[in-house]
Amino acid sequence: MKLSEETIQKIDALIPKYPEKRSAALMIIHLVQDELGAIDLEACEWIAEKLELQPINIQELITFYPMLREKPWGKKHIRVCRTLPCALRGSYATCQALEKKLGVKEGHVREDGEYSIEFMECLADCGEGPVVMVDEETYENIDSDKAEELADLLTSGKLEKSKKFISYENALVEEPVQKATSSSKSSK
Amino acid sequence: MIKKNTPKERRIILKNADDPHYSNKIGCYLREGGYSMLKKSFKMKPEEIGEEVLKSGVRGRGGAGFPAGMKWKFLDRKSGKPIYLICNADESEPGTFKDRQIIHKDPHQLIEGMMIAAYAIQAKQAFIYIRAEFFEGARILETAIAEAKAKGFCGDHILGGDFSCDLVVHRGAGAYICGEETGLIESLEGKRPNPRIKPPYFPAVLGLYQCPTIVNNVETLCNVKHIMEMGGEAFSKIGKPNNTGTRIWCVSGQVKKPGYYEFECGALTLGEMIYDVCGGLLPGRSLQAVIPGGSSSKILRADERFSGKLKDGTEFDWGVEDIPLDFDGPMAAGTMSGSGGIIVMDDTVDMVEAMANINAFYAHESCGQCTPCREGSLWMRKITQRMCDGGAREEDADLLLSVANQIEGRTICAFGEAAAWPTQSFIAKFRDHFVDKAKNPERKKSSLQLI
Repeated sequence: MKLSEETIQKIDALIPKYPEKRSAALMIIHLVQDELGAIDLEACEWIAEKLELQPINIQELITFYPMLREKPWGKKHIRVCRTLPCALRGSYATCQALEKKLGVKEGHVREDGEYSIEFMECLADCGEGPVVMVDEETYENIDSDKAEELADLLTSGKLEKSKKFISYENALVEEPVQKATSSSKSSK
Repeated sequence: MIKKNTPKERRIILKNADDPHYSNKIGCYLREGGYSMLKKSFKMKPEEIGEEVLKSGVRGRGGAGFPAGMKWKFLDRKSGKPIYLICNADESEPGTFKDRQIIHKDPHQLIEGMMIAAYAIQAKQAFIYIRAEFFEGARILETAIAEAKAKGFCGDHILGGDFSCDLVVHRGAGAYICGEETGLIESLEGKRPNPRIKPPYFPAVLGLYQCPTIVNNVETLCNVKHIMEMGGEAFSKIGKPNNTGTRIWCVSGQVKKPGYYEFECGALTLGEMIYDVCGGLLPGRSLQAVIPGGSSSKILRADERFSGKLKDGTEFDWGVEDIPLDFDGPMAAGTMSGSGGIIVMDDTVDMVEAMANINAFYAHESCGQCTPCREGSLWMRKITQRMCDGGAREEDADLLLSVANQIEGRTICAFGEAAAWPTQSFIAKFRDHFVDKAKNPERKKSSLQLI
């Protein structure tokens, strides 16, 4: 197992933030998983040693939490919300459209390792459903037609530059201008 | 024609959130008078802040609706152990997306509220437990905390005084049970988030590292800032007695304009919310059912009527549309306002599939600690799945009900109830749909696939 110097530095800075070392476990697992894609037994042992724990103390977390992995997802990981509010707006069709376009079934990684799809539970953006996440980015109101469009943008490598379907978070201005009068505010 | 006044939003928590001239950077927050309440509060005695919060009557916004001031009162201050403050930002109740707005658009409001709360309870350290799917939210909070630290609003020697409180962002990893406060604490200790039994493990006495701990929802902690701004007394006049302040209602499902809307408690009814604020249902559809407070709350059938006496003695006779949106209204109708997630279902929805969808959620999210919940939620999922796959039997409604009844009240945490209530209420109110499934197993053409 090889971790970059940067990740190790981050981990070392993280541990003293907590009153007890063990508390840092989840955050360290996230950092290691971000770099390696998954936590194998070796990584488990390494983290356990770092926190003065037994490997099982880390293993039991990996096997419990849905977002922690023993095997990596694809290079691009797509999450589709399955839960009722999104389903009421067509998320099953969204997921099926993505499966067809990307050539991989939900819960699986495509043979070439490029894409994986996860049909997962509530992503807490129910008002803009169906919600799709590509890696760390959220895309809203993705019905099956838009899902096909999104998959095309993704496979042609244009999704990152495209502002289409982008969530509001990125629309925020960096340093906003002073507003003219307080009454000119729009309410929504 | 009588012109009806559409109820107007009153935005306190989300006052600035959607302003195009506003961002999540500290400059904007300071421009709008941010952190002045922190300065004001730090001139007061910590107990005085607690008194204001108690006077305000603010009830927890996470789901249970327990008065926040009372929760703070329960804090064990005599043990001499360090006190911890945790912000529950694990927003994961299906139908709820209010905390997302606050975290992404106005994170400094949360930090200010948290630092006032930390001072009031004299916390040694504070944590924000955020769900891992909010990748960007966690980064925004980290940046905001760094900004606040640089200006002395957080961390060591806040505002140059003696009080120090570090604030750490801790990410979960996709488990719904981490929203349960004792499960959250276990998770924050680096363990599996199996909830603890109460008594004795009330967080205010035996919380994080067995030390006194306060766990409050994002919206609740933001309210602390506004309570200090207007005073507990004035805050308690917003909304209705015992239902004070505003609430952010999240409407999802089959309405024209789903979204989040902040209103004074009790300012409007469920009907006004669906038809006036959210533009009503899609063309040609009619209302079939509403889940009023996140998927755990009991479902309401469109033609139900509720009558009885409220706590203050007034009699009521409501249709679903007449239920006032506050804490006590939905409670009087036999359900709850929970975390404020209103899920609307029109007449095209196959109720058995909707049930199957919800059951799949709870079966996936049960932590597995208590047998009735682990096994029961799994069986409820399997039965409803089989019903939707063409294998429905007439006796399934009773079978489901018997499983649900054996979960409720037999688990360590409230997840058992959260898993049982949907099934109990679906069967009570839509039994004919479940019985009919055996005769007509096919999904109607107009219905969406839900499982």
